[in-house]
Amino acid sequence: MTAPFGRRLCEVAESRDSGGYRLFSLLDEEGPVPLPGQFYMLATEHHWEQDGGRPFLPRALSVADVPPGEGPTQLDFLIEGIGPGTDRLCELVPGERVWVNGPLGNSFSPPRELAPGAAGAILVGGGIGIAPLALLRRRFADRNIPTRVLLGFRDEVHSGGLDDLFACCEVGLASEDGHIGHRGYITDVFSAMLEGDDAAGAAVYACGPPPMLDAVAALCADRGVACELAMESPMACGYGACFGCAVPKPDGGYMRLCVDGPVIRGG
Amino acid sequence: MVEFCGLKLSNPVVNASGTFDAIAARRIYGEALLQDFPFSAFVSKTITPAPRVGNEPQRIWETPAGMINSIGLPNKGLDGFLAEDLPQLAELPVPLIVSVMGTSREEFSRLVEEVAGREEVAAVELNVSCPNVHSGLIVGEQPGETMALLEALRPLTGKPLIVKLTPNVADPAAVAVGAAEGGADAVSLINTLKASAIDPVTGQPGIAAGHGGLSGPAVRPVAIAQVRAVAAAVELPIVGMGGVCSGADAAEMLAAGAQLVAVGTENFRDPRAGSRIAAELSECLLVAV
Repeated sequence: MTAPFGRRLCEVAESRDSGGYRLFSLLDEEGPVPLPGQFYMLATEHHWEQDGGRPFLPRALSVADVPPGEGPTQLDFLIEGIGPGTDRLCELVPGERVWVNGPLGNSFSPPRELAPGAAGAILVGGGIGIAPLALLRRRFADRNIPTRVLLGFRDEVHSGGLDDLFACCEVGLASEDGHIGHRGYITDVFSAMLEGDDAAGAAVYACGPPPMLDAVAALCADRGVACELAMESPMACGYGACFGCAVPKPDGGYMRLCVDGPVIRGG
Repeated sequence: MVEFCGLKLSNPVVNASGTFDAIAARRIYGEALLQDFPFSAFVSKTITPAPRVGNEPQRIWETPAGMINSIGLPNKGLDGFLAEDLPQLAELPVPLIVSVMGTSREEFSRLVEEVAGREEVAAVELNVSCPNVHSGLIVGEQPGETMALLEALRPLTGKPLIVKLTPNVADPAAVAVGAAEGGADAVSLINTLKASAIDPVTGQPGIAAGHGGLSGPAVRPVAIAQVRAVAAAVELPIVGMGGVCSGADAAEMLAAGAQLVAVGTENFRDPRAGSRIAAELSECLLVAV
């Protein structure tokens, strides 16, 4: 289903701390239910260009979860304030409204499409990149696809979303400061998992900082495991107009991450 | 209804070249795009003779009330455009204006002949913001170069030739006079302002190319001044652009001397900005009457 043409105002139903991050929910009366990996362009209705003319452009945010329920579609977003746009979105209060354009971009593939013999899925998330994996996990659970989840964080301040988005499942954890789970990178845990008997038969889905994605793609390539990576790039429009979100293509040249991604095949 | 160089348009609001990809937008939004097309004419992204992949990222950088871009004119080249994109753009419910750029008169001539020769194309916009490979001069910065280019292209087509003017000159009106004397049918302005910004984290320019073009409401007062200056210097119709975000902004551009208003960066924030601005503009004009 295509996104409604143009942007629309959606009301904020909830906004709260989630560990070191913020989690907010929008009520979407018009749009289709998004697929895991898709994103929205968001800007607040009021006080967007509030501080010296910034933020100016809308911000691209992957949808983290769509809890089941009646009525308008609830879109949950996990966010970390790292600049004027994300800072403003962290300040959202229930009742105010947000300009929404989307859902945009492609989505993650089912394991069997990634690898015909895939027995299940391994999700690898890092930092704020854990967001789109929560909706992916929910959809895989709906379809009884065996799924293992590995999430890593830098430190306690730069972590969150676990209790709100991954409470119902077992999660393998890592943190660079050791405050939770394995002390080190989540890719250490992932690498060990790939050594296991059945892990090589899984399809892998990853979202996180570029070095983590590179490491996941390299580990998968070494072991012949299929993987998909959800990437991020600076984006002005989200719908193919600005050509700002170019990322290199494996065969040369560039692709627009907003229309040809944000999910790309690894390896 | 507005008449512009013989084209009958439903309203005075079009898009700025390179700020709306109608083919990508149709894939995303479906047929709703055609039913509610946001512009009264569609201006394509600039086409060059050979394909271009565009510039290395990072290509965009947000600035106060605007953004800097250095995209590098990625496009399929003339042959790819004619074969793959033109048939799709011909399905749009509005007249099509194709933007072209060459690095010599010979390249421009081939582009104009091939593009204007297609019945799907209503007019051609000449992007003259690149160096002439023979003289090394940026055509659009030189009144004489601009006039000479237009004199070479004018005999090739009876369709309107619109010259896109750069704001990065001391006297844009002099270049507009050159375009008029060479036989242009209209001018469009402003293109982006040369600009740079430093990433506070790295201490390096935020744009990989080091600099790019500034757009958005931050540039609107510059655009208004330049449209006024050009309107005072030439009789040609003007497509005015630069930071237009609302009907009031569009009305300001018309008051400065433009016949059409192009929406650019605002499309990035609102895919239906063109329709909204046209509606707001008609309200502004009613109030003015």
